[in-house]
Amino acid sequence: MYSFEPSDEQKMLIDAVRRYAQSDLRSKAHEAEEECQLPASLIEKGWELGILQASFPEECGGFGEHSAVTGVLAVEEMAWGDMAGALAVMSPGLFALPIMLAGNNEQKERYLPDICQSEWQPYTAALIEPHFDFDPNELRTTATAKDGGYLLSGTKTYVPYAGNNECMIVYATLDGSTQGFILPKDTPGVVISERQKLLGINALPLYQVDLQDVFLPAGNHLNGRDGQGFASILDAMRVAMAAIAVGLSRAALEYAIDYAKDREVFGVKVAQKQAIAFMIAEMATEVEAIRLLTWEAAWMLDNGKEDASVSAYLALTGATDMAMMVTDRAVQVLGGHGYIREHPVELWMRNGRGIAMLNGLAMV
Amino acid sequence: MIDFEAPKPIAQQSFALTTVAENMMRPVSRYFDEQEHEIPWDYINFMHMAMRATGAGSLAPRKRKPKEGEEKKKYPPIGYQSLAFLLETLSWGDVGLYLCTPGGGVGAAAIEATGTPEQKQKFLARFATDKPTFGAMAMTESQAGSDTSAIRTTAILDEETDEWVLNGEKIFVTGGHKSLVDSDGLVVIWATIDPEAGRAGMRSFVIEAGTPGCQVTKLEHKMGIRASDTVSLVMQDCRVPFENILGSPEVVRRPRSKTGFKGAMQTFDATRPLVAATGIGVARASLDLVKEMLAQQGVSIRYGLPRQKLTNIEREVIDMEVMLRSAWLLVIKAVWMADNKLPNTREASMSKVRAGDVVNRITQKALELMGPIGYNRDHLLEKWFRDAKITDIYEGTGQINRLIVARNILGFHGRDLR
Ligand SMILES: Cc1cc2nc3c(=O)[nH]c(=O)nc-3n(C[C@H](O)[C@H](O)[C@H](O)COP(=O)(O)OP(=O)(O)OC[C@H]3O[C@@H](n4cnc5c(N)ncnc54)[C@H](O)[C@@H]3O)c2cc1C
Repeated sequence: MYSFEPSDEQKMLIDAVRRYAQSDLRSKAHEAEEECQLPASLIEKGWELGILQASFPEECGGFGEHSAVTGVLAVEEMAWGDMAGALAVMSPGLFALPIMLAGNNEQKERYLPDICQSEWQPYTAALIEPHFDFDPNELRTTATAKDGGYLLSGTKTYVPYAGNNECMIVYATLDGSTQGFILPKDTPGVVISERQKLLGINALPLYQVDLQDVFLPAGNHLNGRDGQGFASILDAMRVAMAAIAVGLSRAALEYAIDYAKDREVFGVKVAQKQAIAFMIAEMATEVEAIRLLTWEAAWMLDNGKEDASVSAYLALTGATDMAMMVTDRAVQVLGGHGYIREHPVELWMRNGRGIAMLNGLAMV
Repeated sequence: MIDFEAPKPIAQQSFALTTVAENMMRPVSRYFDEQEHEIPWDYINFMHMAMRATGAGSLAPRKRKPKEGEEKKKYPPIGYQSLAFLLETLSWGDVGLYLCTPGGGVGAAAIEATGTPEQKQKFLARFATDKPTFGAMAMTESQAGSDTSAIRTTAILDEETDEWVLNGEKIFVTGGHKSLVDSDGLVVIWATIDPEAGRAGMRSFVIEAGTPGCQVTKLEHKMGIRASDTVSLVMQDCRVPFENILGSPEVVRRPRSKTGFKGAMQTFDATRPLVAATGIGVARASLDLVKEMLAQQGVSIRYGLPRQKLTNIEREVIDMEVMLRSAWLLVIKAVWMADNKLPNTREASMSKVRAGDVVNRITQKALELMGPIGYNRDHLLEKWFRDAKITDIYEGTGQINRLIVARNILGFHGRDLR
């Protein structure tokens, strides 16, 4: 039976996240981007909303159950506030969720309760690699069995918090498929480069990580589902990134609406000009359409539907185009003022271009 | 709780509908496209019988009064949702033939949305008799298309006989011929009771088949949806009883009441997502066939690859799927809102905007991808390309629906943004 109404619990969560997104993330976003830094207290406050913790059952230290739909709803609100801030707050999920989806019991017991019950800690994951045809299912980073463990080699890019990470998951090709490995900090053979400078999301610290014959014991292999858990990890990354695109685009749309109703040209509000009003109508239609596509994909994942993976892929594909279209037009609606960094739309446009390339930096 | 599962009764009817589409529609698609004004009676009679047997296809949600002592049924209303699926699947079969499906169509929709209980009783009963019967809605005139307030057809009350006297000419009336000539149907006509008053003067009237003074004068020849008749109607001193003005008498007599116009707009909130659904059916037909033809050539779509690794054909097909699915979800949301009596003007127009865009893009791309094969009348792709285009035109053009979405979002009135 169709319904487009979140549950009461989800509504409460959305409200709480929205308040945080508005009064904290959004109000700090400009400064954070310019100074390439998010205040620790800001991240901690977001962490205390308990979005990730609510994705884990009690035995893992959480207080809920895993739901892609709930995750998508929350992440959308966060990203509405600020994409970099949203990714920062959710970063421990990049480590904890794969453990839940693909880890063994020992790994779950060892990491999850501590992550859930502590303050925000810099847990992270390394998926993306620096080449143009990067494909998460065909990683160039390799893992080879050796001496009762594995040797990992390769180069990872855009790894959040690698600089001071607690522990990260590294994805590598083993026996022809992508598999995850737990890489504790200070493991020999790991070289973490200078912080990277990107087109957008500069408030989020990202690093290149080189692995040269890094030895990891067998116990660090995420072998909970015979190592075949990556498909569901990737699905969860795709819907999360799609939801981020939706939140970001909605922010840009709303900002453009407010501006267009206020700004006067030729004696009328600029929104009264069809060229602008039609852009706004199309932006709104696009956001609503892709939002539904994202929700549906998340719902399919939660309900184990057959085509869920394809849906998640299609949602991210649609979200990539939406984010670019909507943020670009938001800048256009503001005209020259949109190009000035005092207004947030140019940042959103820079962030919007990143949706496809940054898949792997969020998970629900 | 967010849920994307189609209601059970809808899922259950889907197989039967697809069978109808495949067996009753596709085999004669080309024929009725080429024999433009021939009436597809086999399809019509079959559908009439089938719909009477199953109760499918009535536009309004079935309002069954609970019998004395019987508990009210808990099942939430899904009338518009079912209809959206019905229309989508039949249009996947053939949208031109679908438009010949017996029943009240947009005429009945207008009566449902604005008529009194007595009027619904009186006018809608004919659609449930054993003869296939049709209904139509006539707003457009040669000088009044998007700008409906410019209509000039007049309705003057003859106080002596208590009859309305209608004069004017309507164009582009879908199913007008079937409603007035081929069956004992009806047409809902929009006219003004006060030409000076603009929108405030607009009212709608029912003209039943056989009413003297109302004639079908022209059958159009069209780009697509050729199985569907599109006609002009001329009214010359056409008299209808007072009760044929839709709405309650107190309201309709009040000279400057805008209820008439609002009634038209309410009807659109219900019918726009349905028109979008028909377009989406056509687009899905094209996309299905493209994928099938590609598969025959050994081309499969590798979902999940990064875009930089996809072939151009794969990218196009994937984009078409995103467009189609997201447009369909907008339709579902709009009709779900209609069923749940939530105000859905914005969503209804959004679904129409999106559908108008994507069904054209998809059917146009389908031809491009299939190259010389697509352009050839051996296949239905070129027909669907023609059939799809109307989606962005009737029931409010893409531009008019953009205006509605924009006004709604911006909190504007018509005068703020025209
Ligand atoms: C096959 C077919 C079936 C139809 N069936 C019916 C029917 O059953 N009943 C009925 O009443 N009508 C019907 N119509 C009529 C249809 O609804 C109108 O053709 C449509 O509303 C557009 O009106 P128009 O053709 O006069 O175009 P116009 O109103 O002249 O518009 C011309 C162009 O200008 C654009 N435009 C108009 N106003 C604005 C504005 N304010 N801002 C920006 N752009 C604008 C339009 O979008 C369009 O692109 C049918 C039409 C066809 C072709």
